[in-house]
Amino acid sequence: MATIHVDGKEYEVDGSDNLLHACLSLGLNIPYFCWHPALGSVGACRQCAVKQFKDADDTRGRLVMSCLTSATTGTYISITDPEAVAFRASVDEFLMANHPHDCPVCEEGGHCHLQDMTVMTGHSLRRYHFTKRTHLNQDLGPFINHEMNRCIACYRCDRFYREYAGGTDFGVFGAHDNVYFGRPTPGTLENEFSGNLTEVCPTGVFTDKTHSERYVRKWDMQYAPSVCMHCSLGCNVSPGERYGEIRRIENRYNGTINHYFLCDRGRFGYGYTNRKDRPRVAFIAQDGKLAQASTEDARARLGGLLRGAKHVVGIGSPRASLESNFALRELVGAENFFDGHSDAEHVLVAQAIAILRDGPVASTTLKALESGDAALVLGEDVMQTAPRAALSLRQAARGLGQKLLAQQKLQHWQAGALENLAQDHYNPIFVTATHATRLDPIATETCRAAVEDQARLGLAVAHFIDPAAPAVAGLDAATEARAQRIAECLLAAERPLVVSGTGAGSAEILQAAANVAWALHARGKTVGFFLAFPEANSFGLGLMDARPLGEALDALANGAAEVAIVVENDLFRRAPTARVEAALDKARLVVVDHQDTPTTRHAEVLLPAATVFEGDGTVVNNEGRAQRYFQVFDTAYYHPDIATTESWRWLRRLLSDVRGDGHDASTFDEVSSACAAVLPQFTAITKAAPQAKFRILGLKAARTPHRYSGRTAMRANLSVHEPRASQDADSPLAFSMEGFNGTGTDNTPADQRPGALVSYAWAPGWNSPQAWNKFQDEVGGHLRGGDPGVHLFTANTQASTTYFTHIPAAFVVDNTTPRVVALPQIFGSELLSSRAEPVASRITEAYVAMNGTLAATLSLAEHDSVAVTIAGSVLSLPVRISDALPDGIIGVPDGAPGIPRIATGAQATLKVGAAA
Amino acid sequence: MNDIKRILIGFWSNLVTLWLIFAHLWRHKDTVNYPEEMPYLPPRYRGRIILTRDPDGDERCVACNLCAAVCPVGCISLQKAERPEDGRWYPEWFRINFSRCIYCGFCEEACPTAAIQLTPDFELAEYDRQNMVYEKEHLLISGTGKYHDYNFYRVAGMSIAGKPKGAAESEAQPIDVKSLLP
Amino acid sequence: MSAIAAWFTPEVIAVLIGMVKAVVILLVVIIASAWMIWVERRLLGLWQDRWGPNRVWWLGIGQVVADMVKIFMKEDWIPKFVDKPVFILAPAIAMVMTLLAFAVIPIAPGWRIIDLNVGVLFFLAVLSLSAYAVMLGGWASNSKYALFGGVRAAAQMLSYEVFMGLAMMGVVIQAGSFSFDTIVEAQTGLWYVVPQFLGFILFLLATIAATHRAPFDIPEAEQELTAGFHTEYSGMKFGMFFVAEYISITLMSALVVTLFFGGWHGPLLPPVVWFCLKTGLFMCFFILLRAALARPRYDQFMESGWKVMLPLALLNVLVTGGIVVALAAH
Repeated sequence: MATIHVDGKEYEVDGSDNLLHACLSLGLNIPYFCWHPALGSVGACRQCAVKQFKDADDTRGRLVMSCLTSATTGTYISITDPEAVAFRASVDEFLMANHPHDCPVCEEGGHCHLQDMTVMTGHSLRRYHFTKRTHLNQDLGPFINHEMNRCIACYRCDRFYREYAGGTDFGVFGAHDNVYFGRPTPGTLENEFSGNLTEVCPTGVFTDKTHSERYVRKWDMQYAPSVCMHCSLGCNVSPGERYGEIRRIENRYNGTINHYFLCDRGRFGYGYTNRKDRPRVAFIAQDGKLAQASTEDARARLGGLLRGAKHVVGIGSPRASLESNFALRELVGAENFFDGHSDAEHVLVAQAIAILRDGPVASTTLKALESGDAALVLGEDVMQTAPRAALSLRQAARGLGQKLLAQQKLQHWQAGALENLAQDHYNPIFVTATHATRLDPIATETCRAAVEDQARLGLAVAHFIDPAAPAVAGLDAATEARAQRIAECLLAAERPLVVSGTGAGSAEILQAAANVAWALHARGKTVGFFLAFPEANSFGLGLMDARPLGEALDALANGAAEVAIVVENDLFRRAPTARVEAALDKARLVVVDHQDTPTTRHAEVLLPAATVFEGDGTVVNNEGRAQRYFQVFDTAYYHPDIATTESWRWLRRLLSDVRGDGHDASTFDEVSSACAAVLPQFTAITKAAPQAKFRILGLKAARTPHRYSGRTAMRANLSVHEPRASQDADSPLAFSMEGFNGTGTDNTPADQRPGALVSYAWAPGWNSPQAWNKFQDEVGGHLRGGDPGVHLFTANTQASTTYFTHIPAAFVVDNTTPRVVALPQIFGSELLSSRAEPVASRITEAYVAMNGTLAATLSLAEHDSVAVTIAGSVLSLPVRISDALPDGIIGVPDGAPGIPRIATGAQATLKVGAAA
Repeated sequence: MNDIKRILIGFWSNLVTLWLIFAHLWRHKDTVNYPEEMPYLPPRYRGRIILTRDPDGDERCVACNLCAAVCPVGCISLQKAERPEDGRWYPEWFRINFSRCIYCGFCEEACPTAAIQLTPDFELAEYDRQNMVYEKEHLLISGTGKYHDYNFYRVAGMSIAGKPKGAAESEAQPIDVKSLLP
Repeated sequence: MSAIAAWFTPEVIAVLIGMVKAVVILLVVIIASAWMIWVERRLLGLWQDRWGPNRVWWLGIGQVVADMVKIFMKEDWIPKFVDKPVFILAPAIAMVMTLLAFAVIPIAPGWRIIDLNVGVLFFLAVLSLSAYAVMLGGWASNSKYALFGGVRAAAQMLSYEVFMGLAMMGVVIQAGSFSFDTIVEAQTGLWYVVPQFLGFILFLLATIAATHRAPFDIPEAEQELTAGFHTEYSGMKFGMFFVAEYISITLMSALVVTLFFGGWHGPLLPPVVWFCLKTGLFMCFFILLRAALARPRYDQFMESGWKVMLPLALLNVLVTGGIVVALAAH
């Protein structure tokens, strides 16, 4: 701790911080541009100048950049000193000199850091009337808009994109005042985190192109705290709605998960909720086609169907909330409730949960990954399956720079020095995979092998770390040596990381990763153990101990069960087409979903479910953290005929119809509490967020900013008589600006908004995402009201370490029937995001990847077409040669158009020439 | 004695007041017999709201939402769209609920493009309130309104078809990134 | 036939004629008072450089009918917290008492309801009773503004009725009678406004106070008391207070004419017309007062009543009495 004096007042601050960081943490306002809590200080913009004095008696002082000055004890500064104020005003004026007259047609307007800072510095009148510098723009692909004229050359984009996110196709060009931020040539930004440029850029150079299409100002959108549904990490997002459509996803700060950044899949994958082809009313099958029906008719039909059926099976979904899965389980009975994962994933998820819950090492958080200093990534292509984790891993790798800084007695926030010192030196990261991954460039060593061989390597590493772990017999010398290197490196680290997941499709990989983590734990290491799961609520569904899907399909196919209720799931993604069709042809199918999928077309009754934005629910992320997502908007407000509502509400209604008790108006808290009461593993979920009766200073929390406009006009085309604002019985949030909108002032609980109820970042004078400063206990720290989410279980540190002893046999190469591996894709593998148009345009074409040896034996060259027979279906695919693939393995991109979901590990035969 | 004088003066002053007011009987009346006689309303009178066009005949409104934001009764709502042929921003639809409008003129003050203007037409009365909801086709006129010369896109830095980068007022030609010349 | 005719003894006929006269006078007074609302609105308009209501019928004369239709249609709402019987009674008292006072006003020779030899005293008594309407209304409303209005009205009546009565005494002494008829008859040659000029001024000021009209509308001062004693009233009950105020203007104007301006006396035109003309002129004068003068502060108003008006009224009585006695001694 250090004591600093600001404008005559004394403050206690963390002495290792810079003055800017310290002052912002204290709630004092200093304008700034180039500094960012996650990027450190470079002193490029000169905007954060304050006056520093020698001691209490010094009256002359000197201007210093607060972001480059340590907040050490005995620092006397003044923010309000006239000279400092004038200096900052003139800096802002200089930065504005070439700024175009664009605000009305700029997507950044209204949440622009440059606007905020210009107001803060008091620059209100343009005195520069000469010509302005202009730039040509680049087409940066479907996600990002480029408007270079607005640039103030703060270098944040470059520092984020190249240093923080590891992008290679972006940089600074030109010289002196002609600097240009862009790609060498126009084209799609390749980095998976390019979307963060829109938030990192303090002005409108990089804006959200997907939002621009249907643009509205930040203040005009309705927000709710939400959770990303596009992978298992559970990043917090802030979706904005206007006129009944989701218009934009922005990052929602969560100091233990995603903090300031999201991946592009999460940010741009929201379009599925706005699709015109979504079911929005109930449908009943008539003459083999689904026809629109009233909710009453559908319920009447379903009541009869369910009451008359002897045996009803319910199939849950890892993309549905806990409550929806629970309500289904309640409706059909625990013994008839089936897992929505594929059978293979069912096993993997169960394995992963068992490892985390029963083993001695619980999962680490996404944010904590960044503080690791050595990592083993075993079998999981995190960049594609859980992209945000790859960004955290990159920060772990960059952590070496911090050590170098400390050696030079420099401060951790000195980003310029950090870059110069670290260059391309990273903390050791070992990556194993069947194919090339996007982490390879920062990997110390990569290992490309079949999953068995990767698992064997992992098990060997575990054995080297802790001899009590089982040894692997029959390893070749190179692998042995590699295992030893990895083991030594992990043991040498202060905080080693072990990252794996279900993405490789192998329980043995998971077991090997567990052995490594447990071995490190046994050696007294603080190990960061991180497992990626298949989907957003895989962990939650896995905890329900449902029976595997295959049993349900069998029961339906052989007539043991006659009715199937499928909730938010496309069974054709979960099992081979023939098997699903055999089951669905016999069954009477009820589907509750918000997307039009092959499964819904088999439905006898289709009920329109709410998407994550239209309803309330709880999901459990990969670390076992239950997080609540809230309804963003009321669909019926603009379209009274829309019948969408949460699956759990539909299922509760059906339950009441079946029972005939008339209790069909369940609230979220009722269902959630019932879930917590019936299933003890979910006891904690009611604490994931405050319940509906919670109030802050007697108020609900507002969903819209207080400036929200057009309330008496936006619905006036339907009727000039305005209805009452929608009421929300399910949450402590109000569907309007009437409610608590504050950031909380200090640590008194009275005006504190719990982190789970912060919908969007806004504070007086701070309209840009930089407003998160005002919600944090210290800048870049945790939310003052607590980071959202609650862990369902705590680390079982008392558990004895019982290593997995199964050692898989080595992979046998067979180039005639090579093994097919589904290559996970950030864009495409996940169903919902791939239904968003901008993401869909980034999905790769179908291809088959193989190494040069295999291609040569088949005399194939790049782009040649080859017929691939996988599990009975024949695909004609162009060849892509990738020597990263080991012998005997070919890869096809998961989720690419025309490629069915392939169970990894299937055997394929290749035939040269066009398919028959 | 002074008191009596004061009372008398007060009395007299009241009598004078009475006479002065009485004399107003023959004064010119400030009100007019509307509707037989139409009042003169200055061009800046705050009546019915219109959307105007720039001197080149294109819609001035760029859908920046500032009028909606400043509206104290929230009676303006609109949706931004972008014209595919030239990249201009424009409102896909623009709605004013005149049954809520208080004619404060804030929207006109906030408008950065002089698109939204208030006119001297105050005769807005309907038997059906629904008819007070004006859509863009009711609001958009074909003239420039009060401001004849302003064209936002000539000043703005955003390029549109026919006005590439560097062609706006007070703009230099786009820089050559590869040049090192000072 | 003759049996029925036998009923019509001269006494009965006199009573019947009296009743017919009473009904006629009553109707005329009420209608005139109602129309005065329109006259007031138009005159205020003209004096404020507006036109005033000029749309309904000729010159807007039908405005009153429209207003009446409106006020009859309005919801007659009684707040939950009021003292209901008294609340309902109060506006009725206001109407009845002001109308009752007309009984003694001579309109033309022989055109009056009754010629009491204590007419002046009767008038003062009825006027005092009408103060109860305001007080009870203010009290029963159970609301602080109404109560303040009621209390102010009581104090105002108390202080101004004293010198109102004294101001009239000058006339009574000169005419030597409390009967209005006698007083009017006595002015055949010279209107009392000339010998009793001071009395006239004092009486005029007192009548303004008695009618609660601007500038002495202190019990209902909008800026301070919302609407004073009738804050809680709505619909026709408010309407009754409202009309009562205009009836009392008519009454006071008639009284000023009777006491100081020779009543029906005047050349050429018939006496009824003269009486109506004079009364109408004073009614317009009341409106002019409202249009022109500002309301005094409550304490100033009370102070002038007790410290200026009362001594002056006493002086007037003393001097008049002295002169009458001196003349009689001659």
